[in-house]
Amino acid sequence: MQRIGVFVCHCGTNIAATVDVKAVAEALRHEPGVVVSEEYQYMCSEAGQELIKNAIKENALTGVVVCSCSPRMHEATFRKTVAAAGLNPYMLEIANIREQVSWIHKNIEEATEKAIILGRAAIAKVHLNAPLTAGESPVVKRALVIGGGIAGIQTALDIAEAGFEVDIVEKNPTIGGKMTQLDKTFPTLDCAACILTPKMVDCAQNDKIKIYSYSEVSEVKGFVGNFDVTIKRKARYVDENKCTGCGLCTEKCPQKKVPNEFNLGLDNRRAIYIPFAQAVPKIATIDADYCTMLKSGKCGVCSKVCTVGAIDYKQQDTYVNEKYGAIVVATGFNPIKLDKYDEFAYSQSADVITSLELERLMNAAGPNGGTLLRPSDKKHPHRIAFIQCVGSRCDDGKGKSYCSKICCMYTAKHAMLIREKYPDTEVYVFYIDVRTPGKNFDEFYRRAVEEYGVNYVKGMVGKVLPEPDGTLTVRASDLLNGQQLNLSCDLVVLAAAIEPDNSARPLATMLTASMDTNDFFTEAHPKLRPVESPTAGIFLSGACQGPKDIPETVSQASACAAKVIGLLAKNTLKGNPCVAHSNELLCNGCSSCEKVCPYGAISYSDKEFRINGKMVTRRVASVNPAVCQGCGACTVACPSGAMDLNGFSNSQIMAEVDAICKW
Amino acid sequence: MTYSYYPGCTLKTKAKELDRSARLCAEALGANLRELDNWQCCGGAYTASSDEIATKLSSVRALLEAESREEDIITLCSACHNVLKRVRNDLTNDANFAFKVNNYVKPEKPFEGKTKVIHFLEFLRDEIGFDNLREKVVNPFTGKKIAAYYGCLLLRPSGVMDMDDPENPKILEDFIRAIGGEPVMYPYRNECCGGYVALEDKSATVKKSEKIVASADGFGADIIITACPLCLYNLESAKGESEVKYFTELLAVALGIKEA
Repeated sequence: MQRIGVFVCHCGTNIAATVDVKAVAEALRHEPGVVVSEEYQYMCSEAGQELIKNAIKENALTGVVVCSCSPRMHEATFRKTVAAAGLNPYMLEIANIREQVSWIHKNIEEATEKAIILGRAAIAKVHLNAPLTAGESPVVKRALVIGGGIAGIQTALDIAEAGFEVDIVEKNPTIGGKMTQLDKTFPTLDCAACILTPKMVDCAQNDKIKIYSYSEVSEVKGFVGNFDVTIKRKARYVDENKCTGCGLCTEKCPQKKVPNEFNLGLDNRRAIYIPFAQAVPKIATIDADYCTMLKSGKCGVCSKVCTVGAIDYKQQDTYVNEKYGAIVVATGFNPIKLDKYDEFAYSQSADVITSLELERLMNAAGPNGGTLLRPSDKKHPHRIAFIQCVGSRCDDGKGKSYCSKICCMYTAKHAMLIREKYPDTEVYVFYIDVRTPGKNFDEFYRRAVEEYGVNYVKGMVGKVLPEPDGTLTVRASDLLNGQQLNLSCDLVVLAAAIEPDNSARPLATMLTASMDTNDFFTEAHPKLRPVESPTAGIFLSGACQGPKDIPETVSQASACAAKVIGLLAKNTLKGNPCVAHSNELLCNGCSSCEKVCPYGAISYSDKEFRINGKMVTRRVASVNPAVCQGCGACTVACPSGAMDLNGFSNSQIMAEVDAICKW
Repeated sequence: MTYSYYPGCTLKTKAKELDRSARLCAEALGANLRELDNWQCCGGAYTASSDEIATKLSSVRALLEAESREEDIITLCSACHNVLKRVRNDLTNDANFAFKVNNYVKPEKPFEGKTKVIHFLEFLRDEIGFDNLREKVVNPFTGKKIAAYYGCLLLRPSGVMDMDDPENPKILEDFIRAIGGEPVMYPYRNECCGGYVALEDKSATVKKSEKIVASADGFGADIIITACPLCLYNLESAKGESEVKYFTELLAVALGIKEA
């Protein structure tokens, strides 16, 4: 028989105003096994904890029930308290009489009754609690960053700065990500390349950082502290160790008609290419979809002009295996495809462009050398309309329900830059709301309106009509003036919603990291653990977790690095002892548990058993306690009752249910 | 291939050419169009008020008759198609509407949803197939620039009509390619022509339709085609450069039908 102490918390008036705490303590005092039952104003305070510790020592308690707030709030606190008094921390149970009672009920009598019932359930469970001890596993002191945009770069630099090795896996031939395509950055208008390329070079030169460019993660095994990752290095048909990045091959390649993805297809590149001048690593890559040599075996110009013999048409994909203690997801975002928004005529007119395309058109390294010209006839546009929220804040099922967050600010930036450089160009911005929270953001937007004379029109655009004379009629409602507008424009810029990169979903499956319905990675807690995935050892950096601008991305990237460093600084990791285990004698090897396990913690093996004096080989499940997160899905799925969860055993749950039903 | 055929009033009066050419084309393509025995006017416009059933009863009767024949209904006029298809949607998805209608009409067998409402264009695309149609063309419109005019009723509401993308449709353009013509892309092809406002204020519909034909003309169209008699009337009233024809008239020529 356990000797149990019950401690009822008032939580100031949070609980005590709705629950008669004295009555609860008194009622629970008479439960079997309870030797002491007390109430106190703030059980989590130092004095409250002292009260528990003293009670444990004076009454030789073996189990403790605290009736207070949610275990999410203070379970860890009270576990430490009972441990300090010499008890195993898992001999503590919490009855949640705040979130589940006082905050949701008004009638004191009913609330008190419910609090007593929950207390009884906790007492019934403690009777069956057993001391649990967490196992330990070693930590591999190396991190993997998946994605080499500004988020991945910042996280990698910070981890390397702390002295740990870190590898970046980037699917493109160069690191840098979306930021390399931007012209200027808000709210200070510094040039994106000027602030990004030094960081890219730092990555390349840092001896703690290894860059796997043109590579993808193809398999992930293992668990926190000890991930086993296979990286696919895609064939780039160029020997990375020999190529000097001189670029001669990219000038001589006769295949000139390859859409240049760096400039979003606004101009062409060659079949062998270096994405842009500041690429890191500065190594040429052959695009196998367009290379004449790879397709028909007739060409070989790049091989002839290469002075170091770096071209290798026979190169194959290779695979690298590495071990990592932590994995950072930094897979970023992409603008959505606009094929469902043809009312804006994006597919019908070359002069309807996206904001990212505008960045390239305005960039000195872009297709027009930085002069803003209409794509159709290379003429200077005199009136430009910006359409906000294209695919964002949509509840019609075509687009995204969320706000893409960055568009209001970059549109203000575009509008301002255009008015600054081309004062004869009129700029209209059609918006639902202008959203500018952020340091110096609203001031920035006000400048666009007040100093630069950008015309902000509240109202959405219904349709963009390409006219026979090459102009674009923008049909919109001006909600503040209550009139319909038909505005003749030369260029229309669409602020396309952003969505997670399409590599995110398969990666999440590989990592068993959870995602929301929009394919953004879910953080462990929306407020208190924003850079960790609920899966131990997986961390989130940048827009893969939600739409973010650069300042916010860099903040999150550094926060993410701090969490990784905290993990890698440990030599061993203490596991969670509340993990599942299988009773091999009951297990019938059906695989039900394996199928539901979201963490890949369950494996099967053939084992020999002596049954009725005979040796029989049976297939049975076993749980890797280092990987198991204790979710309990397997215990529910198991048809033979072989799976059980430490700390939440089937018998403990049933005891709780019995205690509740007995009332 | 036997279908119940719902012509609608306009096809018996103003738009006889649409009715005649469509019947000839169907025959040439091996489809048997059996006109419903007791069809009544569809009402001309679908009534949006949810408790209104009287104006929808003629469509209900047409659907019941076709279902008793175990046939799908083929329509031509965009307005009739819109009304019939939306009433069919109400009958199958709105239990309250179906209950009231059945109480009133007292059919031998309530509508089960087996009969579908198919527009002649959908018949060409889904039953015949534009690739097969192309092979049957003997007088292709080679070199002719043809502008498709959809109007509003054929495509919207898109969830119910379920024919094509309402903002960027292509069924008529695919049809134009099948008969050997070159489709003209212009942004007004799914704008409203003004519709019934022509009865009340013709200058308003002319103004709307002028924009449509001017845009089609501006992009170099020789012919504008449509499926809707009212659209045809309004576009003709706008007096543009291109001639306005029913799509079935061009089809009949393309298929080499002599009577056409």
